[in-house]
Amino acid sequence: MFALASKEQSALPGFRVTLAYSVVYLGLIVLIPLAATFLKTASMTWPAFVEAVTSPRVLASYRLTFGTSLIAATVNVVFGLLVAWVLVRYRFPGKKFVDAFVDLPFALPTAVAGIALAAIYAKNGWIGQFMDPLGIKTAFSPLGVLIALTFIGLPFVVRTVQPVLEDLEPELEEAAVSLGASRWETFRRVLLPPLYPSLLTGFALAFARALGEYGSVVFISGNMPMKTEITPLLIITKLEQYDYAGATAIAVVMLIASFALLLFINLLQKWSLQKTRG
Amino acid sequence: MAGAISRLNRPTTARRPTHDPVWVRWTLTLTALAFLGLFLFVPLAAVFTEALRRGVGPYFEAFRNPDAIAAITLTLTVAVIAVPLNLVFGVAASWAIAKFNFLGKSVLITLIDLPFAVSPVISGLIYVLLFGAQGLVGPWLQDHDISIVFAVPGIVLATIFVTFPFVARELIPLMQAQGNDEEFAALTLGASGWQTFRRVTLPNIKWGLFYGVILCNARAMGEFGAVSVVSGHIRGQTNTMPLHVEILYNEYNFVAAFAVASLLSLLALVTLALKSIVEARSHSIQTVQP
Repeated sequence: MFALASKEQSALPGFRVTLAYSVVYLGLIVLIPLAATFLKTASMTWPAFVEAVTSPRVLASYRLTFGTSLIAATVNVVFGLLVAWVLVRYRFPGKKFVDAFVDLPFALPTAVAGIALAAIYAKNGWIGQFMDPLGIKTAFSPLGVLIALTFIGLPFVVRTVQPVLEDLEPELEEAAVSLGASRWETFRRVLLPPLYPSLLTGFALAFARALGEYGSVVFISGNMPMKTEITPLLIITKLEQYDYAGATAIAVVMLIASFALLLFINLLQKWSLQKTRG
Repeated sequence: MAGAISRLNRPTTARRPTHDPVWVRWTLTLTALAFLGLFLFVPLAAVFTEALRRGVGPYFEAFRNPDAIAAITLTLTVAVIAVPLNLVFGVAASWAIAKFNFLGKSVLITLIDLPFAVSPVISGLIYVLLFGAQGLVGPWLQDHDISIVFAVPGIVLATIFVTFPFVARELIPLMQAQGNDEEFAALTLGASGWQTFRRVTLPNIKWGLFYGVILCNARAMGEFGAVSVVSGHIRGQTNTMPLHVEILYNEYNFVAAFAVASLLSLLALVTLALKSIVEARSHSIQTVQP
């Protein structure tokens, strides 16, 4: 799979040892354990596998996980574009601080985010106390799951759109204005189209992250089977009941979804690279 | 995928004049700030408010608890093992990938990114399936009295897995952009391979390296899902700080839970601060060396 280096570069030392070390380490830590997971499901019969991944409780968890992840990623596209736009185009006090702060969901441990969100949106919490009289239940409802997933995916769209927005040619915008386009038309027809690949990439990254998210969700969701139980939590529940085969079967379904998304994101990034180069 | 998006090596561009009317600028800026305030600032403020709800005394009391001290010690231990291992791997992998051409290179790059695509829960599960009592090598481990899962080695392994790509994905594009010319010059002048790496390559990649390490460290200390699956939650033994937070929270010991959480939040804030410093540095370096 890995052939030798081409001749003109072999003057630099250390190729074999660094490549061999990388491949062995990758194999031991990542590839063999992942392969073991697929091997474990191979020991199940096909009907048993199908039953494990399509029982009503599991299907309900897919609906919740995929549904809330999709909505959260969409919310992040809208507000991520807005935040990126404001950070690139406008000047306001504390902008550098705000810019750095956007990455908080990457840096804050998910369990900390989880208990903080649960405290805020609980019945007597800072925000929950105003939602409750309106009849809106946030904590222990799918809305709580959505809030946690929106938090966790927030930086992705901002960070994929921001550099593209910074590199947009001002000439195009000026040309559009000089040809009589309104500001809104300029935005919609000239500024927005070059941002599509990065918006889509940010969406896919936020969606992929949300699918697997666990720590920030479990405290606010209440974890009621059929109602607010996300798929990663169901895997843990099955493990705690010593249903290893059931847990692994669901994990394989999630892994296949994640790998498909990873492939899609790689293709997207190639596409957007071509678009910025072309 | 689940990690940070690198903001290094991004050229800064001059700000262009905006054509938007004042009311549009104000509305958009305030909406964006309100959104960020609601989703980022309020949760962070809640952590510290809840932690200090009963005053400073109970806050510091939370850190005197032996289980809390054990959790802090374990978290530091895990990070001290996992971060250097991934650092060495990151440097080795990026040296091979950035400095040489070989078949299967893009496959290797994709495989390195794989752990970011895997749910934290599954990152823990794979080690349970391998090393657990019912796992592939579980019986052999039991015969030899070695425990990996529900013990510290399992926690370390799961942490290495979830932080696997951080250093490598930072260094690969950086070293690719820098090319091999300086290394060739050093070798021609008679430097050994190791000298070339230490005196030429390392100074060139130090900020990228540092950037990768702080992100890797933040995730290593804060990981919850993966560690939760492999730890077994034995108090004082296999509880890391995030797991300790969970236990305290589920026992309704909110002040202590948020006190430990506030320590992790401080770590996050330090990480963000260091991150912006490195980003500012690498921009200024880039403008000096075109």
